[in-house]
Amino acid sequence: MNPALFDLVVAVARIAVMLAFCLTLVVVFTWVERKGAAYIQDRRGPNRAAIFGIRAWGLFHPMADALKFLFKEDFIPDRAHRLFYQIAPMFALAPVIMTIAVIPFGPDVTLFGRRIALQIADLNVGILYIFAVSGMTVYGVVLAGWSSGSKYPLLGGLRSSAQMLSYEVSMGLSLMGIFMVFQSVRLSQIVAAQGGLLFGVLPKWGVFVQPLGFVLFLVAQYAEANRTPFDLPEGESELVAGYHTEYGSFKFSMFMMAEYFHMVVGAAILSTLFFGGWQFPYLGDTGFLFPGGAGFALPPALVFLLRIGSFVGKVVFFAWLYVWVRWTIPRFRYDQVMRLGWKMMLPLSLANLFATGLILLLPGR
Amino acid sequence: MTIGIRKVARPREMTFPESLYLVEIVKGLGVTMGHMLRNIVRQEGIMTMEYPEVRRRMPPRFRGRHRLMRRPDGSPRCVACYCCATACPAKCITIVAGESPDPAVEKYPVRFDIDMLRCVFCGLCVEACPCDAIRMDTGWFTPPDDSREKLIFTIDVLLEK
Ligand code: SF4
Ligand code: SF4
Repeated sequence: MNPALFDLVVAVARIAVMLAFCLTLVVVFTWVERKGAAYIQDRRGPNRAAIFGIRAWGLFHPMADALKFLFKEDFIPDRAHRLFYQIAPMFALAPVIMTIAVIPFGPDVTLFGRRIALQIADLNVGILYIFAVSGMTVYGVVLAGWSSGSKYPLLGGLRSSAQMLSYEVSMGLSLMGIFMVFQSVRLSQIVAAQGGLLFGVLPKWGVFVQPLGFVLFLVAQYAEANRTPFDLPEGESELVAGYHTEYGSFKFSMFMMAEYFHMVVGAAILSTLFFGGWQFPYLGDTGFLFPGGAGFALPPALVFLLRIGSFVGKVVFFAWLYVWVRWTIPRFRYDQVMRLGWKMMLPLSLANLFATGLILLLPGR
Repeated sequence: MTIGIRKVARPREMTFPESLYLVEIVKGLGVTMGHMLRNIVRQEGIMTMEYPEVRRRMPPRFRGRHRLMRRPDGSPRCVACYCCATACPAKCITIVAGESPDPAVEKYPVRFDIDMLRCVFCGLCVEACPCDAIRMDTGWFTPPDDSREKLIFTIDVLLEK
């Protein structure tokens, strides 16, 4: 096959498969959120949408929701800025989708004698690209809040910009430790480096190397994604629905999708940086090798499947953690959010950075 | 009378692990997960009533949707006296009277409509009726429907129950 054509086909296929994977998770997680919330609160949750009488525990509800949004009237409020009001949802959704480009979904595979990375683009700036792009989501929120021409969305937009900017700082700093330990910002290299063992027993995952960094990053991620306990921009009890109060029909569902996409991508980044990405504990290229020296060989196809499965499993778990936390913890007050961000997270992440550097520079290493 | 000092219980200071918040979050996650697993395994703990299929048992004196009573021979007991329509604060009862074929009874309702969308379920119609022809003891409220016309209950609907 023509190499250029082959590359093109591979590139398109990779984008299609990874996007489809994330979108499926997004759809499934809108259902998981509703059903999980219901079961956590001793309710039944959605169970009515049916196709040919099959209800499937309400699994068809996301479809029904999407159809409903598509067929609703697409209105623009009188006082809204027409252009900005319409592009705000796109600004909210597009950057989040773009962030999946650098996430490694699995180890390299060899196809027709060519090595193919299961990653849309292996950028050398890696995680910096994610920061740069996902920082843009705040424009969508602020634009939505401002262009709606109504006071609650404006307050929601302002809150979210303040919150996202505050947490961006400690989010970046909490990851510094990871970069220092693994000596790279390239995500594929970070994942590869997490295949080793720590003290000969534990897998050398980011969470064991940087436990404090993990907690800080987790909290900052929740604040970034505007999820409870940091969902102040939406804050139903104070701000009606926050920045998307004036939105309806499919534009609203784009904000919804952006939120869930943020969840899925956040879970993927978290598992990539702190939980070894596609690495399966004690699984090498040829089979299992346990710390004691015991081990057994596995066929390469099984190793590959185990690794992909481990990545998917981690992503699903962390996306579920978002849901789980949302229905457990009440929302913070706004000043508490700011205090936590600037007075706790920032000093702690700086201290973490300092301690990591100190240990790395210790003689004898 | 002497003025005493009453000690009010203040919330105690948080201990250090509590003020760290993280431990408490993990405990909270345990509680919610416990509820979820319990509800997945056994459905009995779930409070939700699956409404159209399962109905709550109403207390015996619950004022529900109306029904018209019949005489032993099957004709409506109502004598079209308009007492209920007069008493009704929502003005939602429409009666058209006709001459009854039975010589012992003067009138009977040709039409007897209750607009359930306007009814406030006050029960005054029941109290006003001199012949106990209208009751609200069906133990259920007006079921939902998809048009306004279907929710104007006619005499046939009301006699059915
Ligand atoms: S219950 Fe009250 S409002 Fe309803 S029909 Fe009777 S009198 Fe009218
Ligand atoms: S008060 Fe009783 S008898 Fe008189 S019209 Fe109403 S239902 Fe009929």
